[in-house]
Amino acid sequence: MGVTVTVLSLIVLIPLSAVVLKAAEQSPAEFWAVATSERALAAYRLSFGAAFVAAAINGVFGVLTAWVLVRYDFPLKTVVNALVDLPFALPTAVAGIALATLYAPTGWVGQFLTPLGIKAAYNPVGVVIALAFIGLPFVVRTIEPVLRDAAADVEEAAASLGASRIQTIIRIVAPALAPAWLTGFAMAFARGVGEYGSVIFIAGNMPYKSEIAPLLIIIQLEQFEYARAATIAVVMLAVSFTMLLVINAVQAWARRFD
Amino acid sequence: MTISIRSVEKKFGRYPALNKVDLEIADGELLALLGPSGSGKTTLLRTIAGLEFPDAGQVLFDGEDVTFASAAARRVGFVFQQYALFKHMTVAKNIAFGLDVRKGGDKRSKDEIARRVEDLLKLVELEGLGKRYPSQLSGGQRQRVALSRALAVQPSVLLLDEPFGALDATVRKSLRRELRRVHDATGVTTIFVTHDQEEALELADRVAILNQGRIEQLGTPDQVHDHPETAFVCGFVGEANRFEGHVSGGRFAAGSVTLPAAGAADGPAVAFVRPHDLVLDDAGFEVRVERAHVQGPLTAVSATTLDGRRLDISAARADAARFTGSVKLSARKAHVYAA
Repeated sequence: MGVTVTVLSLIVLIPLSAVVLKAAEQSPAEFWAVATSERALAAYRLSFGAAFVAAAINGVFGVLTAWVLVRYDFPLKTVVNALVDLPFALPTAVAGIALATLYAPTGWVGQFLTPLGIKAAYNPVGVVIALAFIGLPFVVRTIEPVLRDAAADVEEAAASLGASRIQTIIRIVAPALAPAWLTGFAMAFARGVGEYGSVIFIAGNMPYKSEIAPLLIIIQLEQFEYARAATIAVVMLAVSFTMLLVINAVQAWARRFD
Repeated sequence: MTISIRSVEKKFGRYPALNKVDLEIADGELLALLGPSGSGKTTLLRTIAGLEFPDAGQVLFDGEDVTFASAAARRVGFVFQQYALFKHMTVAKNIAFGLDVRKGGDKRSKDEIARRVEDLLKLVELEGLGKRYPSQLSGGQRQRVALSRALAVQPSVLLLDEPFGALDATVRKSLRRELRRVHDATGVTTIFVTHDQEEALELADRVAILNQGRIEQLGTPDQVHDHPETAFVCGFVGEANRFEGHVSGGRFAAGSVTLPAAGAADGPAVAFVRPHDLVLDDAGFEVRVERAHVQGPLTAVSATTLDGRRLDISAARADAARFTGSVKLSARKAHVYAA
């Protein structure tokens, strides 16, 4: 217990309180003005919104990926399995440059999207793409063990009791996966909110349009506006913390049967 | 519901799990499928359930071919080895599931389902636990929930896969009686898989003994225990001392051990003697007693023959004092099979 508190304090609490203290150097009016400036609001919206959309996308495709990895055998499965972890291991800047090259209007993927009128880089869509890439393994790797443990006999039991395949998935499989899914979603979302390296290459970074909040913090730092940077950090901290609390509460509810 | 299994075959890869199995199960019967692991007993049960489909052969329910019908279409109640309860649902919801998922004309009203759940909880003596989650129950209670969930849909046949395998000995004993009672109360044709011969002999009307994908013998518990038809059944059901030797002129001999073998053909053979069929006899073969200990009303004796074979003897407590040092034994009865 003592060790936990010490480590948690050194690594998490003290740096975070330093941020809060730094922000507190300003008057409340100043703080409020910086925290709610037009540019900052746009950045929060983009950061939280894109992270949410990306986590939702991963919520769908992560489950499918985990399902395939657990339930099916196919050639090169070990390679696919390793690929899923790649976003964990890749330096985020590398991922960002790779994605920007792919999705730029002249890139391998981008050139096919441009005629369809879709712009996938240097705008919020690009941000979502980068965050979806970064977040995928969180969902896959949290769902996978639960799916593996969810013995096939439970599904057979449902089928033998007369449930259709769809009823089985909705009433048996999905509720059993829900807690792990929420964990994966929360981790992908949290990671998305804090992600910097992979996003800035593909986002275009236009103020009010495709500028994420972490980038705004960096910009303030580069201009030696430490208190302003800390202000935006405090707002992100508060919002992230609240959201994680809510997700934890939902999770506890989804796990009520354990 | 009568069930007929006709020349059913099933392979997993190149491994034959069922090898031309034929079996007739009478309406209202309680049948045990007994065998060692890998004998095909669970595969046979799952084939009857419609969870597994045979490569060849037929499964008939009341004369109707259901070989490729789904489990739901067959209206079987299946109790899984690990219970397979829906852990995110309460006990009552688990039991109601089979009725809840019904659609159209089969649909039951909420009240009707609630009443049925209450009746079933009463039947398996779990009244008042309907609101609990499976994680809040003991192993035995979970098994009862699994049983009542299977019974809720009023199955035409109840199938249980190693139903007591994961429970401790005391709970197992009481649940065995419970299953017998539930079977007698509902009259539903019931088939259960077990590797525990005691369980099969105690509970079942008839026992089918499987080995390597075949039924070695089918009969009442008395028949399979007292008149085993094959060496495998003799060795598997009940305790037995096993000898490999030769038959000549109606006597079986293995080293110093001789056993009666009336009617057995001359030649190499395997013989089994039940521990309680070995009796003190001055004209018999000699053994050295190693240890004797009390076993309820009996004395269990471990001995070795002159050529070093181990023997188990079960004798009356009154004779316990006579089992010391060297004694002479003969067998009242032996089961001898050509090797």
